Amino acid sequence: MALRFEVVGRFNRARAARLTLPHFVCQTPLFMPVGTQGTIKGLTNNQLEDIGCQIILGNTYHLALRPGADLIDELGGLHKLMNWKRALLTDSGGFQMVSLLHLADITEKGVTFQSPVDGKRMLLTPEESIQIQNKIGADIIMALDDVVKTTTIGPRVEEAMYRTLRWIDRCLAAHQKPAVQNLFGIVQGGLDPVLRDICLRGLVERNLPGYAIGGLSGGEDKDSFWRVVAQCTAALPEDKPRYVMGVGYPLDIVVCSALGADMYDCVYPTRTARFGTALIPEGVLKLKHKVMASDERPIDPTCSCMVCKNYTRAYIHCLVTKDAMGSQLLSYHNLSYMMRLSRDLHTSIVEGRFPQFVQGFLRAQFPKGDVPKWVCNAMEVAGIDISACCAPLTSSQN
Amino acid sequence: MRFVVTKACGGGGRARAGSLYVGCCPTPIETPCLLLSTRKGLPTFVSPDLLASLPSPESRLLHVSPLHFLECPSPRTISNIGGLHRMLGLHECIFVAAPRDSIESLPESEGTNKLGPSFETPCGRRLVKPKEYMDMISSLKPNLWASLADEVPAWVSEKRNKTSVDRTLRWLDDCLALDLESGANTLGAIVGGSCVEERKRCATEVAMRNVSGFWIGGFGLGEGMEERPALLNAVTDGLPEKKLRQISGLTLPEEVLQGVAAGIDLFESTYIYHLTLGGFALTFPLDIVERDILHSQLSDTGSDCTKINLRATVYRKDTTPIVENCSCFTCQNHTRAYINHLLNVHEMLAQILLEIHNTHHYLAFFHSIRKAIKGGKFDLFHQRFMEGRRAYVTSAVGCS
Repeated sequence: MALRFEVVGRFNRARAARLTLPHFVCQTPLFMPVGTQGTIKGLTNNQLEDIGCQIILGNTYHLALRPGADLIDELGGLHKLMNWKRALLTDSGGFQMVSLLHLADITEKGVTFQSPVDGKRMLLTPEESIQIQNKIGADIIMALDDVVKTTTIGPRVEEAMYRTLRWIDRCLAAHQKPAVQNLFGIVQGGLDPVLRDICLRGLVERNLPGYAIGGLSGGEDKDSFWRVVAQCTAALPEDKPRYVMGVGYPLDIVVCSALGADMYDCVYPTRTARFGTALIPEGVLKLKHKVMASDERPIDPTCSCMVCKNYTRAYIHCLVTKDAMGSQLLSYHNLSYMMRLSRDLHTSIVEGRFPQFVQGFLRAQFPKGDVPKWVCNAMEVAGIDISACCAPLTSSQN
Repeated sequence: MRFVVTKACGGGGRARAGSLYVGCCPTPIETPCLLLSTRKGLPTFVSPDLLASLPSPESRLLHVSPLHFLECPSPRTISNIGGLHRMLGLHECIFVAAPRDSIESLPESEGTNKLGPSFETPCGRRLVKPKEYMDMISSLKPNLWASLADEVPAWVSEKRNKTSVDRTLRWLDDCLALDLESGANTLGAIVGGSCVEERKRCATEVAMRNVSGFWIGGFGLGEGMEERPALLNAVTDGLPEKKLRQISGLTLPEEVLQGVAAGIDLFESTYIYHLTLGGFALTFPLDIVERDILHSQLSDTGSDCTKINLRATVYRKDTTPIVENCSCFTCQNHTRAYINHLLNVHEMLAQILLEIHNTHHYLAFFHSIRKAIKGGKFDLFHQRFMEGRRAYVTSAVGCS
């Protein structure tokens, strides 16, 4: 095990922790921006540090294609190539394969697919995924799992869950650097609590350094989503980090943190920036909208990032989707927002005011009190009273 | 605004060093100097926080084209925000406004008529009249602004060329009439194409107006390098020594040196932009006078010793910086291998890092020009530089 996880504050299921990794000491809950190809689009390392990024994600599939795992290894690992001084996490490559490639097929051996470079048949096995990730050298690496869409039903879901358990053993056996790289297992099982439970127990038995909750954020309804997260966080060990993969909407992060999760990743903040959408406490701001052309306010008056301190919505409006600088500035702001959210979650838990933080967050997003039902249900399980944020029920709703 | 010539080259040379004092910038800008090209007021790729890492105050001198704001924000919104400096969060930068930017706002002489010059822009072909232009200027509030010019390519008829001079003079008077500062921040535009007499005429006429400096246009539009010195001299000979001279369209180092030799102080150049987009990084040596470059070793990668193309596979595993001992952000933090990878996967960070390095390097080139002038060695510097590039002058792509 190459990490330390110390809980430094709690509120019911929510926890604030210090996560010590080989390259950096992080505070959780935290959001990890996705730097797919060895860079966060349009931002430099020092800007990421200024914003407060602690861990960034690299995509094994993309990096193995270009520049290639062997080249990265030869140059001393991804940290060296990027000159990134803080922590890195790589995924297994499996998800991209299944979602990006036609004719990707999963067998017991691994994921077979058609190489995007020359069309040859290729196979990504658990062993090879780990080997590649060993070469890339990230602080946290992910086991190759058999991931199915959450909307899948039937025996395929069960097959995938059991295979994930068999593959974690192969991943563990193949892992050459447990002293400096932490191999996280991924809980699968679709939306079926029985399957999830089997998977949870199987993974916990293996005593891994950390655990991810996978197979979500794929179009399932929110009610199912939070219930799976709640079930998993309840069953995963207290003293190890819990990473919900693919979660990036601020509301989802707040709910999952209330339920006891610690780490999140998503392309959403940076991707939506490139489409001209800014993240603000009230939700989103579509800078492309004509009405922004004369709006002289900053994107978010409560935000202290470089973009909000210097620029008006009107100016950003004229840049977005037309000029590279627009993408850069919005990505900068959106990531600042996510880092601020992470910090606020951590600090409010440590300072014993987590419920107040959650209430303030919900009031800003739902000023009319129309907090979605799934959020209310989740908060009830999390033991957080948000009745003050919700509009009174009408008799028809009773 | 105050401009002072600090060193004039003796012996018949026209090159000079100077200092430009502008209120918002705490230290004077030394000339000859480069204006950084911008899009909507900010560098194309280098965000303001990264701009701060470039040498100051040279990297604070920015060229802005008012035509970038044709669609938005409106002049009223820009005024409400408080003008360029406020809108861009660059309070200590010096903005010089001139419509032509050689990238996105290209003079379109066929669309030009007596009412105003025409430009090809991303919003289509636009004619800009003096009134509209001065509205933009008064809302943007740049530190200096150039008047409207009818820039024509080198091959137009004598008559058309003469007309361009007449129009440019009239538009200067129109702009000045609308100027609330009465010319205190105005660079009078000078054209004249490839005709020495017209160049002289225009320069002499503009010099009679109450402007604080001159903007020389119409270059980089098809004239040959050999005919340029005579045209440049025809202009500068007709201008008062003590006033600032800025030029558009001299992009490459060789062209800049021609301009310096003729007595120009400020240069708009799109060299950095084109290099960056092409994946090129400048590497040419700057200490030309000190070392004898005729004996410097030829590179074995087949590069032309002036720049490298980081897309080349030879850089895949190159863990050295673009230029050893370069103090720019890119060379201090990243390797050729990383930039090669970024270019391969089409990541924006590649352009950001390249623009930083190329800007740093080109600014250092201007620094060495100033050093040569102050040391009385500009002619030697010019000659040595051209000798070192002789083999590549014909192959270097004209970028403007």
